[in-house]
This record gives sequence, C-alpha cells and structure tokens, in this order.
Amino acid sequence: MMRLLPKTNIDFLKYRKVYYTLFALLLVVGIICFFTRGFNMGIDFTGGTMVQVKFEQPVDMGQVRNALTVTGANSELQSFGDNSFAISEKSTSEEVGVVQQRIENALNTLNVPYTVLQTNSVGPAVGANMTERALWSILLSMVFIIIYVAFRFNNILWGLSGVVALFHDLFLMAVAFSITQREIDLVVVAAFLTVAGFSINDTIVIFDRMRENVRLHPKISFGELINLSINETLSRTIITTLTVLFALFVLYFFGGEVINSFAFAMLIGCVSGVYSTIALTTPLVYTWSHGEYHDGGNTASKPAARKQAETATSVGNERNNQRPVVRKRQRRNHR
Amino acid sequence: MSNKLAVKWGLIIAILLGSLYLIYPNYRWYSKPLAEREQLDTLGERPKRMLNLGLDLRGGSSLLLELDVSKLNTSEPLNEAMQRAVEIIRNRIDQYGLAETQITRQGDKWIMVQLPGVSNPQRAEELIGKTAMLEFRIVKNDTTQAQAAIEALEASEKPFDDEGNLLPSIAKLVPAGYQILRTKDGGYSLVTAEATVTGADLDTARVVMMGENGFPEVSFTFKPEGGKKFGQLTGANIGKNLAIVLDNTIQSAPVVNSRITQQGRISGSFTPEEARSLAIVLKAGALPAPVRVIEKKTIGPTLGEDSIKSGLSASAIALVLILLFMAIYYKAAGVIADVALVLNFVFTVAIMSYFSATLTLPGIAGMILSLAMAIDANVLIIERMREEKLLGKPVYEIINLGYDKAWSAIFDSNITTMIVGACLLQFGTGPVKGFAVTLIIGLGVSLFTAVFVTRAIYELILTSNTKEISL
Repeated sequence: MMRLLPKTNIDFLKYRKVYYTLFALLLVVGIICFFTRGFNMGIDFTGGTMVQVKFEQPVDMGQVRNALTVTGANSELQSFGDNSFAISEKSTSEEVGVVQQRIENALNTLNVPYTVLQTNSVGPAVGANMTERALWSILLSMVFIIIYVAFRFNNILWGLSGVVALFHDLFLMAVAFSITQREIDLVVVAAFLTVAGFSINDTIVIFDRMRENVRLHPKISFGELINLSINETLSRTIITTLTVLFALFVLYFFGGEVINSFAFAMLIGCVSGVYSTIALTTPLVYTWSHGEYHDGGNTASKPAARKQAETATSVGNERNNQRPVVRKRQRRNHR
Repeated sequence: MSNKLAVKWGLIIAILLGSLYLIYPNYRWYSKPLAEREQLDTLGERPKRMLNLGLDLRGGSSLLLELDVSKLNTSEPLNEAMQRAVEIIRNRIDQYGLAETQITRQGDKWIMVQLPGVSNPQRAEELIGKTAMLEFRIVKNDTTQAQAAIEALEASEKPFDDEGNLLPSIAKLVPAGYQILRTKDGGYSLVTAEATVTGADLDTARVVMMGENGFPEVSFTFKPEGGKKFGQLTGANIGKNLAIVLDNTIQSAPVVNSRITQQGRISGSFTPEEARSLAIVLKAGALPAPVRVIEKKTIGPTLGEDSIKSGLSASAIALVLILLFMAIYYKAAGVIADVALVLNFVFTVAIMSYFSATLTLPGIAGMILSLAMAIDANVLIIERMREEKLLGKPVYEIINLGYDKAWSAIFDSNITTMIVGACLLQFGTGPVKGFAVTLIIGLGVSLFTAVFVTRAIYELILTSNTKEISL
C-alpha cells in the first residue's frame, strides 16, 4: 500500500481562533481591495466593445495606441504577443457596432493589414442582466444547499457553516482577481461555479464521516469527533486535491489564453476549498453548537456545564433524529 | 458468474455499445476536412444527433436581439409575440441558407441568434433586423393643404423631435386620417394613416433580376383574401399614387392604372442583395415589433481553432496524468477507477450527442468538474477499502464495506453539486447554462460509472476466487 502520509492525529480545532482571525483579516483586506482596486470586469458584464486583431506585420504597441488616441477612441489596449492586440471600450451607451467601426477605422490608419480574430459588443442592459442572474443563481444554490444539508444531516448549523466556507472560497477568489486585476469574464464565472461545487463536495465528505463517527464513537467529545473525522478523511482529501491540482497546473501552463484565467481561478479556489472545510466549516460547527454534540446523552468534556441548558433542545433533536438512520445503516453495513 | 452479475454486465455492455453507436457519427463528421463539412452543412446533410461545437470553439457570430415591446400591438400577448418573432427570424435565416443556426429565446424579450462559421454577421444582421412591415397606402397629393404640410416640413431644418415625432407646428397642418412618411430618396409624402392591405396578405415573394427600369425588383402574389382587399383598394383609387411602404419608408409610389387583384411589384433601385433580402423577409412575414441588436460577438475561425487545440491538448495531458497517478498510487484499484473514468467520458459525450448538445468552453469546465467528482468518488471508495484492508478483513468484505461506507458521502456530494447545477440551469444565461448541462449529465454518469461499473468489475474479479486486490 502506497501512502503519501501516515495515519495522522492532528488537533485541527485547536487553531480555530487563528482560522477565524485569518478569515476576519481576509474579509477586511477583501473589502478594502474591492473599494480601492475594484474589479476588472469584462465587457460581458459592464457592456462595451472589444475587438481583437492580429497584424500581418510587426506592429509596435505604441503605434497602435497612437492610432487609437488620434481618432479619439477612448480604448484600453492589451497585447497578446505575436502582433495580436485586444482593444476594448467599456460601458458605452452607443449602439452596438458603432464603437467597433470606430476602432477598426482607427486601426486602418496604421496601413498595416490585419485580420479580426474576434469582436464582442455588449449592450449595458445585457451586462447588468448577466451579473444579476449569476448572483441569483449562486445565492439560490446556497439556500438550497443549507436546506439539503440540514435535511440529510439533521442540523441546520452544518448547512450554514458549509455555506460560510463556500462564501469564503468565492470571496478569496474575488480578492485574488481584485488584487491581480485579471479580467473577469464568463469563463472565470464558470470557474467560480466549479469551485462552488468543489467546496461543497469537500464539506459533504467530512460531514458524512462525522455523521458516521457519531454512531461509531458515542462516548467521545464533539471536538474529538471532528478531529477524528478530519484526520480519517485527510488522506482522501489530499489525494483528490492533488489529482485536481495536477490537472489544473497543466491547464494553467499549456491551456492557452482563454483557459489560463479559468485555471488560475480554479487553482486558488481548490486550495481554498480544502482549507475552508478544515479551517472554517468544522470549527464553526463546533463553535456554534458550543462544543456539544454527542449521541449517547453523556455530557461532553469540553463545554462548560452552564451552556448545556441552552443547547439541550438541539442536542435532543439530533439524538432523536439520528438514531433511526444509524440503525438502518448498521444493518446494511454488516449484512 | 451469478445471474445478478450477468445482468449487471449485460447492462454495462449494452450501454457501452449504445454509447459508441451514438458517438460514431461525431467521429465520422469531425474526421472530414473542414471544406467538406461546410459543403455538407449547406446541403443540410449534417447528422442530426451529434455533438456541436459552440461558437467559442469553432468560430462564428452571435447576435442578441431585443424586441421593442413598446411598439407591440397591444392585442397580442408578449409571449405569443416573442414566439412569432422567433419563428419569423428562423424562417428568414432558413431561407437565406445558413446551416445550423440556433435561435433561442432568452428572458422576456430577448432572442439569441447563433451563427456558427459566420465571421461577418452583417448580412444576417440586415436580414434579421428588418421589421419588414409592408403596407399599401394611398398618396394624397391633390390638396393645397397636403402641399402646405409637405412644404413646411421640407423648409424646416429639424422637422422631427428626438423621439422621431413630427413637430407640433407641422403636425397641425396634416389633415385628419393622414400621415407624413419619408420616401426612399429622402423626400416626404402625405399618405393615408390606415393601411387596409399589409404584408400579412401576401402569399409569396420573389426577386425579378431585371425589372422595368433595369434594377432588380421584388414581385409578389396575394393570398385570395388579400387579393380581394387589394382589388377594392386599387379599384377605388385609379389614377392616384399607391405608396408601397416598407418599415415606414415609402419604397415607391406608382400610379394605379387599373384594378389589381393578384400580384404586384416593388421597385426602388435595389441592389441584387437588397432585393433578395427583401423577398425573403416578405415571404417570412413581418416581425411583431422592431428588434434591436444589443449584443454582438464574433469569433474568427483561427481563434476558435487555437483555443480548441491548446485547450484539448492540455486537457488530454491532464487526463493522462490523472490516470497514471491513480494507477501508480492505487495499483489495481486505481486501474479499475481509470476504466470508470474513461467510461464516464464516453458516456457523457454519448448523452450529449444524443441531445445534440453544444459543447462550449464553460461546458468543458463542467465536464472537468464532473470528472473530478468521479475521481473523488473512487478515491473515497478505495480509501475506505484500504481502511478495511488494514483491519485484515477478507477481500469480498473489503470491497462490500468500501462501497457501502463510501456511498453516503458520494451520494450526498453528488446531489449537492447537482443542486448547484440545477440553480445555474434555471437562472443562468447561455454559457452558464452550458456549464450546468454538462455538469449535471456528468454527475449522473459518474454515479453510474464510479460506483456501479467499478463494483461490477470487482465482483467479476472475485468470481475467479481472487484472494487479494492490490490497493
């Protein structure tokens, strides 16, 4: 049996104050970033026009910029190497196609033959609609995930903390895009969605193990239960993440310019997804349930006795709901 | 082999054969040279059930149109008007002979037109953008009042306000029941406000290349009912000018010499292309309201090719690396997982071909996520089996427990991810939808391949009295 890491016994919960501080820090840095740097939103969202051309002879970037300025085009210029340039103008209220014509006219003054690789003109209403829809779908996904997890794991706190982790991952990706000022286009949105899927997947796997360990080890404290579950699934987490990271690194370096942004977003999101499950989801479940969660009715070792009264109801519910599920599975496992 | 296992394998093999059958047309099609494919496309001989490549992968144009709802006839519900608009645009495009164009509604009042392979959509834009509202009206030029209105109009520097309405000072000169319309050559005419005969009364329209004055013309015939109405109109107005109005512009205003009931011609110094477009749009009917292009994308064929080439080769390398890693790290179990992964890919492509789905870059992202989930499912199972193996259990128990214990995690994570996919499908637009579709298909397939198929493989191995499986 080949093993990347030996059986571990790490106390992940011990550092939860550190995780929370880091999360708070991320929130602060992120919000500052959003306000000071903002995002480089692609024209899919802002509305505007982009023309990407490739000149047949070497052309200097300054020359192209000059041609654009002379004709009064208020454009951004980006070079892709091998004489290929993207010229874009954002949030214009002009008719679709007018700006494109203006840009092409400006390029014509260079008197160097070129081919148009791609153009993209988006009216402002389309961009706004796109943003709104993307946000709605993510928000709605979060609500449904909370409901589903609450239903499958008999506890709304689990679902909530899973969603906090999901939020963390998406937020971190947003911060990364704000800092690097990489353009956010539709492909990047797809990456955000993919990461959302990953992050939840990771959370569910650990929740599943916790659900099982509640039954197998009724006597241990909730903190121990969480640590045990994370340690037991650690090997799987690392292997899965490594495989995905493999793929992403290849895409990042060899995937071409369109895929590059996608891979960049995914790399950050995947690492964040694994981190947030261990550093946010499970510690939050622990903190929010005041360290209480045990199946056998014994008091847990960690929480203060006075907190028991507050949590008695939720613990009772869990116990009642958990039992039948547990029995059913027990039979199935040992048939 | 037990009966149950035989049924399982029968099912797997049947599905595999079915998938290969569905994928085969793709292979045949995409192995043909581009020119031949294009030719077959225009002949309409493209296989129906096949995976299509999105515009971002093969190049082409897309136009997003907005229906001007404010100009809709109030008696027609928006939904019906939209359906009609989509139908009419489809008719126009079909008659123009553009293959595989996709026309879909998006939201309340938007229509997406995707034109694969078209790198300059100008012609298509003209074809689609025309409202093509044809009307026949009678010109009033026999009164001094009419002349006064037109003279005032021509004298004024800016006769219309910003919204295109006539200035009040001129509007008050226009007699009741009449209105002023622009002519094609830049002048103005006073015509009846109401049109009793419209484009809806036409039966067919076609181009006459050499018209009376040497320019191409469009000739048309009426439906029986329309012919009757036109007969009444022309019969009552012999000697007057009949204005042929297209989208509120007078194309020509010939003198009515006799009662006309069957056919007519529209002349107006058209270019051959213009005449052809006009004939198409007249035949296909008028749009319920004007449309406006609010988004236009074109992706040149070279860019599409480049992105697919680098994207595909990188994906292939990534996939091979993953397969190798699994086989090395998990040995026999890893190889079994690899088989499931390959099958996952095959089945997903087969299902997408069956539904003639369109593969886009975000769609590939969805596939990657579902493949990753499939890997994760297998990692979960194998790690569980390892745990049982360390406890020294017999091989059949290792396998059974591995699957039983991993199942709830696999099931729940797949369902939650599918929930995300469903939300995206519901609320997302084009590209996001593409992502969601491949993701949902891939996840469904991965539940089958990563769990059902791999287990069937283990069970098959166990029938030969295997005592150990390397994990």
